[in-house]
Amino acid sequence: MHQLTLAEIARGLTDKQFSAEELTRTLLARIAALDPQLNSFITVTEELALEQAKAADARRASGENGALLGAPIGHKDLFCTQRIRTSCGSKMLDNFPAPYDATVVEKLAAAGTVTLGKLNMDEFAMGSANESSYYGPVKNPWDLTRVPGGSSGGSAAAIAARLVPAATGTDTGGSIRQPAALTNLTGLKPTYGRVSRWGMVAYASSLDQGGPLARTAEDCALLLSAMAGFDPKDSTSVDQPLDDYLAALSQPLTGLRIGLPKEYFGEGLDPKIADAVMAVVEQLKQLGATVKDISLPNMQHAIPSYYVIAPAEASSNLSRFDGVRFGHRCESPVDLTDLYKRSRAEGFGDEVKRRIMVGTYALSAGYYDAYYLKAQRIRRLIKNDFVSAFEDVDIILGPTTPNLAWKLGEKNADPVSAYLEDIYTITANLAGIPGLSMPAGFIDGLPVGVQLLAPYFQEARLLNVAHQYQQVTDWHQRAPSGF
Amino acid sequence: MQWETVIGLEIHAQLATQSKIFSGSATTFGAEPNTQASLVDLGMPGVLPVLNAEAVRMACQFGLAIDAEIAPQNVFARKNYFYPDLPKGYQTSQMDHPIVGKGHLDITLEDGTTRRIGITRAHLEEDAGKSLHEDFHGMSGIDLNRAGTPLLEIVSEPDIRSAKEAVAYVKAMHSLVRYLGICDGNMAEGSLRCDCNVSVRPKGQTEFGTRAEIKNVNSFRFIEKAINHEVQRQIELLEDGGKVVQETRLYDPNKDETRSMRSKEEANDYRYFPCPDLLPVVIEKSFLDELRSALPELPPQKRERFEREYGLSAYDASVLSASREMADYFEQVNAACGDAKLAANWVMGELSSLLNKEGLEIERSPVSAEQLGGMILRIKDDTISGKIAKMVFEAMAAGEGSADEIIEKKGLKQVTDSGAIEAMLDEVLAANSEQVEQYRASDEAKRGKMFGFFVGQAMRASKGKANPGQVNQLLKKKLEG
Amino acid sequence: MALERSEVEKIAHLARLDLNDADLPRTTETLNNILGLIDRMQAVDTSGIEPLAHPLETTQRLRRDEVTESNQRDAYQAIAPAVEDGLYLVPRVIE
Repeated sequence: MHQLTLAEIARGLTDKQFSAEELTRTLLARIAALDPQLNSFITVTEELALEQAKAADARRASGENGALLGAPIGHKDLFCTQRIRTSCGSKMLDNFPAPYDATVVEKLAAAGTVTLGKLNMDEFAMGSANESSYYGPVKNPWDLTRVPGGSSGGSAAAIAARLVPAATGTDTGGSIRQPAALTNLTGLKPTYGRVSRWGMVAYASSLDQGGPLARTAEDCALLLSAMAGFDPKDSTSVDQPLDDYLAALSQPLTGLRIGLPKEYFGEGLDPKIADAVMAVVEQLKQLGATVKDISLPNMQHAIPSYYVIAPAEASSNLSRFDGVRFGHRCESPVDLTDLYKRSRAEGFGDEVKRRIMVGTYALSAGYYDAYYLKAQRIRRLIKNDFVSAFEDVDIILGPTTPNLAWKLGEKNADPVSAYLEDIYTITANLAGIPGLSMPAGFIDGLPVGVQLLAPYFQEARLLNVAHQYQQVTDWHQRAPSGF
Repeated sequence: MQWETVIGLEIHAQLATQSKIFSGSATTFGAEPNTQASLVDLGMPGVLPVLNAEAVRMACQFGLAIDAEIAPQNVFARKNYFYPDLPKGYQTSQMDHPIVGKGHLDITLEDGTTRRIGITRAHLEEDAGKSLHEDFHGMSGIDLNRAGTPLLEIVSEPDIRSAKEAVAYVKAMHSLVRYLGICDGNMAEGSLRCDCNVSVRPKGQTEFGTRAEIKNVNSFRFIEKAINHEVQRQIELLEDGGKVVQETRLYDPNKDETRSMRSKEEANDYRYFPCPDLLPVVIEKSFLDELRSALPELPPQKRERFEREYGLSAYDASVLSASREMADYFEQVNAACGDAKLAANWVMGELSSLLNKEGLEIERSPVSAEQLGGMILRIKDDTISGKIAKMVFEAMAAGEGSADEIIEKKGLKQVTDSGAIEAMLDEVLAANSEQVEQYRASDEAKRGKMFGFFVGQAMRASKGKANPGQVNQLLKKKLEG
Repeated sequence: MALERSEVEKIAHLARLDLNDADLPRTTETLNNILGLIDRMQAVDTSGIEPLAHPLETTQRLRRDEVTESNQRDAYQAIAPAVEDGLYLVPRVIE
């Protein structure tokens, strides 16, 4: 049962091959048995899961047949879940049961999903290896000595290990796509504004988006259909009707125009990954697509721009963590300044503190123009590059990451080396366009992901291309040994 | 050394919306602590702001009323600093692109002259909560009910040159926001707050001196005192060879002095940047046109119209137009009795005294405009004299009914029958024959003084009901012989 | 643009983060590495380019002015570190 995708589960439940409760119990047992090796869960919500599973079974019994009714999922611990600890991977919120549900959580619950637990993540979504969590690092099920990627590392590891068929993640600089690539999964970052950010604890408000992770594009389409949509509680939420993502999956790829940015294939890219990308291109050509070379000239400036904008917004977003109304508070503060400084120093990990300081600096008097405004001008250049490119192509294809999953601890000494791994993913966040990573093979036993980017609100196109690729390949079906 | 005072005022007006600027919490004053603080107001993780349309409308109305530029787009910015009454660790305000740009407000001084005070800008922002410093075992208590209430911060140019001008400006602003219905102007409750930026410079110098900011002065009287004290302090300091420090000071009304605010001394780097959770706000020209056409008649226009239409003096017109409620009341009285002069006198005189004594606003006047108008009609048609009218007014205030009802019940009708009056006068003169002899024997000057005695006797004899005009006329005739 | 230790201390104060004296050198070094990365931006010609604050150039939606929230004090304060008489407690604030 744990090998089933969401789509297969939906059929199984409809055909009464098993009940939601049975499936839930099976997965909860698997989590108990196997997660200690991975550390992908921060909180297992057994009581809630069984309650929701029984409710889903009852709904099905009364004739309802929604595809997600009884579907087991996990939520990245960045999404507020009412009365359940929402830690954001941080000691700061270790004692924080959220007082409300995020819109994403509410919508998925309404569709009948069963929440198995809250998934581990880099602290406050800052990281690419899931090593900065207060709850300890997450291991990559494909190689337990390596990182699963981040910040949605827990979500990725849990799905790859078949502890849960699908999960929610968030992506600010690649935090859905990169872990998907390192763990052989499909992950989608929707267009900015497509999925509500209400209840999704903010890291960098103008870059953050919530999205699905699963083993197949079809499963991502299922989740996205329930997750996405206009939310009046989020001013940045876009009031635009949803596409029928499921119906769009089966579109043939004839006439699809693929763009390959020449800047993608420079020095920093592992040559074997480049080969894997070209193999995907060949496969898509066989399905009817055409390819052309394009240019994204400002891509190289994306990393510095991102590492100003994201920390700047984060430094402000995280000021609310002050020990006054919720969260960690230091013992016996002697005065107000002590309350703030010690609560925050004790509650935040090193990477979070680093980014808060960088962000504070970038916004401070005298540096605002040279850092923050400069970064935003570069942001516009990057957006313009995409708008231009999409005049001639339908999707942009390339590697998701320049390297395969690295060893735990390898990049701890030098955070900047981890930042450089984001080179392919962050441009989508800066421009706000949707991006997807799908399994594209293995190198030395480690998964490789290929990334697809599309114009605004064309998630359907991304899912369609990935789905068609997954009809003629089977990388996505491979499971790590031992799980 | 001749010194010139330079003052700029920052006024924070709490907008009278039902709900807060970024959340749907109530804004009512005086609720139990933290019972009007929602997830958004508390700055919980994951919450987001959504902008209140009415706050935008009210800000634009204000902008139109001060003839200001209103840009097609305005932007919210975060002002970052740590303070317990600021839950998010930043205040959502406006920096480079405020909703209202340059405008002006005309003020009338005590001597009747007007001055135009420039307004640099007005912007929307959210209010912070409140700190209560009564001891909670050495702690302070934070109430976030007020956090998120919409504020309009109105910044004047440093055009004000005296404490009295400053008070006139604040009064005019108070009147304007109440006229527009965008703020109740209650300074005691903090709906209207004033920060004064005060500096001095030698007369003739063009550069400004260093200014000190006096925060949160909450009455017209205190504004005048605080400014005067501060000006004095700065002048003495400079004349002693010292330097004015740019700092924030608090006015202590008990000691009538300003003192430095220790906690705000360190210069804060607010790290303003556009709030990424809010998008630029668009103001369409059609929206402004609609608002403009719906603006009520504002104080300057009303004052001018009162002078023109009712022939009132500039002073009277300005007193009567100070508040919309008073202006409406006056016009209703006038409509009832057709005599603007009498209406003005009674409203500014007896009615205002009554309201002051009882501590009532004109909306709660025990005497309605119709009642007062009706009474004035009876003065005009000689049914009662002005003196009797005072009695009628008091009776109306005590709830005894309309003027006609009171006049009837108490038999206050003026006696105007000349025959009756003459008869009464004959009796009075007969009863005071000695004084009559003296009167006839005296010169003009002495006669003038003695005349009053006879009038007094006549009014007593008639229990005040004899028409004074006729009494005067007939008495004179009889005394002349 | 390398930071001195004193500047790092100033930034930490602005951000209300207690910095361990022992950690200060390493923190300074790491920050300077990050700033080195960021400084690459200065090589880019962005003259005439407007800053992009929001990826999608949309405008703010307005909300109708109505009270939609009710008193949830008990629920919200159940998770607060220090509360008394409905107020959040902090070390004494001196004005």
